[in-house]
Amino acid sequence: MTRIKTLVSGAALAALASPAFADAIAGGAQKQATNWSAIIMFGIFVVLTLGITYWAAKRTRSAAQFYTAGGGITGFQNGLAIAGDYMSAASFLGISGLVYLSGFDGLIYSVGWLVGWPIVTFLIAEPLRNLGKFTFADVASFRFKQAPIRVMAACGTLVTVAFYLIAQMVGAGSLIKLLFGLDYAYAVVIVGVLMIVYVTFGGMVATTWVQIIKACLLLAGATFMAIMVLATFGFSPEALFAKAVEVHPKHLAIMQPGTLINSPLSAISLGLALMFGTAGLPHILMRFFTVADAKAARKSVFYATGFIGYFYILTFIIGFGAIVLVSTNPEFLNADLIAKGKSGIEAIKGGNNMAAIDLAGAVGGNIFLGFISAVAFATILAVVSGLTLAGASAISHDLYATVIKRGQANEQDEIRVSKIATIVLGVIAVVLGIVFEKQNVAFMVGLAFSIAASCNFPVLLMSMMWRGMTTRGAVYGGFLGLMSALVGVIFSPAVWEATLGNPKGSALFQISNPALFSMSIAFLGIYIVSKLDRSKRAQRDREGFDAQYVRSQTGIGASGASAH
Amino acid sequence: MAASAIDIERNPKFQQLVAARKSLGWTLSIVMLAIYFGFILLVAFNKDLGNFLGWPLYSGAVATVGIVIGLFVIVSAFVLTGIYVVKANKRYDELTRQIVEESR
Repeated sequence: MTRIKTLVSGAALAALASPAFADAIAGGAQKQATNWSAIIMFGIFVVLTLGITYWAAKRTRSAAQFYTAGGGITGFQNGLAIAGDYMSAASFLGISGLVYLSGFDGLIYSVGWLVGWPIVTFLIAEPLRNLGKFTFADVASFRFKQAPIRVMAACGTLVTVAFYLIAQMVGAGSLIKLLFGLDYAYAVVIVGVLMIVYVTFGGMVATTWVQIIKACLLLAGATFMAIMVLATFGFSPEALFAKAVEVHPKHLAIMQPGTLINSPLSAISLGLALMFGTAGLPHILMRFFTVADAKAARKSVFYATGFIGYFYILTFIIGFGAIVLVSTNPEFLNADLIAKGKSGIEAIKGGNNMAAIDLAGAVGGNIFLGFISAVAFATILAVVSGLTLAGASAISHDLYATVIKRGQANEQDEIRVSKIATIVLGVIAVVLGIVFEKQNVAFMVGLAFSIAASCNFPVLLMSMMWRGMTTRGAVYGGFLGLMSALVGVIFSPAVWEATLGNPKGSALFQISNPALFSMSIAFLGIYIVSKLDRSKRAQRDREGFDAQYVRSQTGIGASGASAH
Repeated sequence: MAASAIDIERNPKFQQLVAARKSLGWTLSIVMLAIYFGFILLVAFNKDLGNFLGWPLYSGAVATVGIVIGLFVIVSAFVLTGIYVVKANKRYDELTRQIVEESR
């Protein structure tokens, strides 16, 4: 019985990791009629962002400008950019789709995705800004032997980025097929080419502004939809809920927890992955180096938390609005399925992830539907750009400049390497995006969060807080966390049974997210190996703590904003 | 001659700053963790609690206790972050400035 329960929540978790993609892929996205208003509006977005890239390219000469926009982004702008990185197509279409399908359960996920932010503010944001320069490995390796920690951090970064990127590319192809009526392969190539152009020419300046523009468009569009929905009910949420309960086949059950979470162990493990994965995602951590100082870093997470929380409340209203306005409107439903006796909720064309898009059509007509589709595409583009930049920085700054060139790399060479790395990563992402077209890659976002929570986060936190950590402890703990997260996900029901097609119940671990165990293994590994470490290097590592501590707390000696 | 790290660590203002920030940061973190995992456990054990989250908010209402609690968690994340930022802006920045000044 418990096993069945865990299985159910396992499948739900895979979906949760990236609900939009799960359905877009599993539902075998059908190609829609070409949507010209959406394509034209997306074209306008592309022209605008290419203009910004041209402008940014002229000011992206130094490594500091390429990696971190020279530290010249304000706290408010960075808050928008962080929120933009987080408000992916998966959270916009996926969460509103989940609310559409099962009501309250959608709220459980939005909450999980939000609560990591306060922790980032309280414990990480300021020391991170004070210690770091370009990548989070700068912080993690601050007082340690450079090469081993950089290699470990680069592995953590690249594995996280790779899984996240594949999921985004496959999701992009499927969604665009649905939204624009473009071929899957075209869609993936367009995303890949634009992303390479933004990052190689415009670096972090362009990547940040693309993200800010997209965040504003998305927040504005979602606000408009929520207001239109509430206006239909005289701005009474109670009236909206009452109507939704009346028309939804599950009736009152949509107002309370359903089947998604019912095993406490799975629930806690997932909660940990969402919460601390946020604090270990390399493309998010990198954003803290784009502001001038610790004060701006602190403010930017405050703004980001506000924007993200507000956005999740909007998606909740949008999901309920879609229950009332989309599932009752034959225009958005598949007539064949209705004829077979399916409910309006189940019969929505293109699957439940289309709920927000269709609602846009219902409240704002075809032009607004085109606008929201274009914003969804822009969202994917902005998120993959940030990911690619983070991956390329790990290659050029951590591996090339620090490990291979032992810190003696010429700045222009380092920038050249990161541009080449961007192109290579872009090409790999496109190829993998096409290879994985028919695969269910939903588990990959969950995997990325688990690895970020089990490898990047423990090493980062312990290096900043614990005097006793040594190089050896960090490397062993980090790799143990990485490996146990990988193994835990591969042998979980969602991957071993649902994706690889092994019989039900054969998965080694009947828990959908390994974070509870892999995080513990990482922290214990760091602690035990560091305690046992009696090497000369270990002594130096511990002695280096005072200087690091003073800088992390006061910012004395921190790299400031470069000239503008 | 700039002060060494050890000198700065001995500065009472530094100790004051670190102690204050640590206690506020960890207190707020624990509050956030308690709120969030409290919510998750309420969801996980909802059936054993007589479907507490599904209770109507007031008699005759469709809105439930669960929806209000969920929204409360979202708002609390924002408010807690705000408390930290306001306190840090008011106190820590000034202390930090003084420490940096004295270390020159």
